[in-house]
Amino acid sequence: MSILVDENSKVIIQGITGHQGVFHAKAMLDYGTKVVAGVTPGKAGETVHGVSVFDSVHGAVRSTGADTSMILVPAPFALDASFEAIDAGIELIVIVTERIPFHDAIRMMAYARLKGTTIIGPNCPGVISPDKCKVGIMPSGIFGRGAVGVVSRSGTLTYEIVNAITESGLGQSTCVGIGGDPIIGSNIVEILKMFEGDEETESIVIVGEIGGTAEENAAEHIKGMRKSVYAYIAGRTAPPGKRMGHAGAIITRGKGTAESKIAALNEAGVDVAKHPAEIAELIKGG
Amino acid sequence: MKFYEYKAKELFGDYGIPVPRGVLVTSGKDVKGLEYPVVVKAQVLIGGRGKAGGVKFADSPEEASRAVDEIIGMDIHGYEVRKVLVEERAEISKEYYLGIAIDREERAPLLMTSAEGGVEIESVPDDKILKRHIPPFSVLPPYVLRDASKFLGLTREEGKAFSAIARAMFSLFEKEDAELVEINPLALTPKGEFVAVDAKLISDDSALYRHKELQGMEQDLTPLEKEAKSKGIVFIQLGGDIGVIANGAGLTMATLDMISLKGGKGGVFLDLGGTDDPEKVKEAFRLMKKAKPSVIFLNIFGGITRCDSVAQGVKEVLDEEGIDVPVVARIKGVHEDEAKQILRDAGFVAVSSLERAAEETVRLRG
Repeated sequence: MSILVDENSKVIIQGITGHQGVFHAKAMLDYGTKVVAGVTPGKAGETVHGVSVFDSVHGAVRSTGADTSMILVPAPFALDASFEAIDAGIELIVIVTERIPFHDAIRMMAYARLKGTTIIGPNCPGVISPDKCKVGIMPSGIFGRGAVGVVSRSGTLTYEIVNAITESGLGQSTCVGIGGDPIIGSNIVEILKMFEGDEETESIVIVGEIGGTAEENAAEHIKGMRKSVYAYIAGRTAPPGKRMGHAGAIITRGKGTAESKIAALNEAGVDVAKHPAEIAELIKGG
Repeated sequence: MKFYEYKAKELFGDYGIPVPRGVLVTSGKDVKGLEYPVVVKAQVLIGGRGKAGGVKFADSPEEASRAVDEIIGMDIHGYEVRKVLVEERAEISKEYYLGIAIDREERAPLLMTSAEGGVEIESVPDDKILKRHIPPFSVLPPYVLRDASKFLGLTREEGKAFSAIARAMFSLFEKEDAELVEINPLALTPKGEFVAVDAKLISDDSALYRHKELQGMEQDLTPLEKEAKSKGIVFIQLGGDIGVIANGAGLTMATLDMISLKGGKGGVFLDLGGTDDPEKVKEAFRLMKKAKPSVIFLNIFGGITRCDSVAQGVKEVLDEEGIDVPVVARIKGVHEDEAKQILRDAGFVAVSSLERAAEETVRLRG
């Protein structure tokens, strides 16, 4: 097992004919992901690396039985693309697109909850279950199959930590990049619940950062969990009131500091690494 | 994007939220057409202007002119005051707080109100603030307004006036793609009317594409911040002396944390976003040179581009720009050995371990 995606996932890419779409369709196919269709309005009948392009998600789902979608369309079209995927019955939507307006994100999450759709992202690297399926833009080579579940608010920092885990001889069951925006479809607690129920996952790594209270909420949840959880929190030295690159990484109104997150996690029995590479040592020492 | 108070109040006026009568001036001689007393307020985006002397009261045109001239040019936490708002002072019988923000964890707008206005809302105890979520795809529900009026102890007439303001505020929040809109204090006058004495508005930068009228809006940006923004690079000025270039927000923060763990302090950070595009790395070096750091730490986790082409780009830009401070490169990813060789041959420190790279950086700052 693994969570969210596996060898049976049937994936479509919304925005497959764009520069990014063509590039990542190839990378996902090379990884072994079942990319069954692409969607770009007005480009029905074209193919991208042998994958058929459809005009609509409804059409793609009807023809291929797709259950998962990766959204790569530009931000102004992302709300429409997600409504379309939700309405067509897609079960998991991974939104890679960055800079989606918060008000649009609120609406897409509300509609997804109404229809029971899971959204990962926006502004995220995606989801990968090593050797089974990759729905995202992460570099494939750093991952290895194993028993560590990774949930992260970051992109390149996830690669850094995953790479350290793989180099230490451990591997990942699934790695989920949940996104760096304030409004995201799935939060850390929701992913922790999935990992807790997954047989292949033995331990879990949280890659958090300043801003919001997602890590504090996760700490509360971890108190009731069986599996070991480890964490790294970026932004110990970030000053309040400055947006540290990610829209979500900002200390506002005295909330969302690294200290508060680390304290809450420590209190829940979570070992928090002082630097990224230390995560692997903590798991091994576990 | 933060709005200056005067800009936020213009918009409040457009939405029917009552604001005091006032004029925006750049010199004391321009203060005209107001009734006294007035309040003279520095227009800066940074908080704490009152304590810094950026707010003064005046009872006559002469006093107001003098106050304006004193405030213009003042330095408030590093930002020069260029504009001043002079407003008629409202008679106030009571001060309230009213705000609408985005609640990230609930993924919904949140209305907050309190009868303890006029002070920092963070300092108001939780039981003195009423919080109600606003359902997405909805208008501001009437029950929220009933709850708020009761919580604030308003009379029927006051409640009506308050509700009109809250509805206008929510409409502004939605239509202007706001992250936060806040009135503190929202003043009740002896006549039973509400006035927005202060105005705070932050709109979502990601939604700027659908707000053409805001695209040229002036911001308190330093020339380097402006240049970085135009190139799609996040530029953040911090207190230290070490320049950090990295790709991705999380990795950049992790790099700064590692530097501080090793006893150094980040001065400027440039985040290229999730990309390792060599052209963007070059742009970052050009910007970094202008920020005059004591040492530059480049941390690139290459996902898409091969590291050797990133390294080649770095070598070229260092030659072109004649950068004369030490450079420590930490490059990880495909072809990292070739990348390190290119940089070492050019005379720079290049390693794979983030920890070692941070140690070298701190050692080389001299």
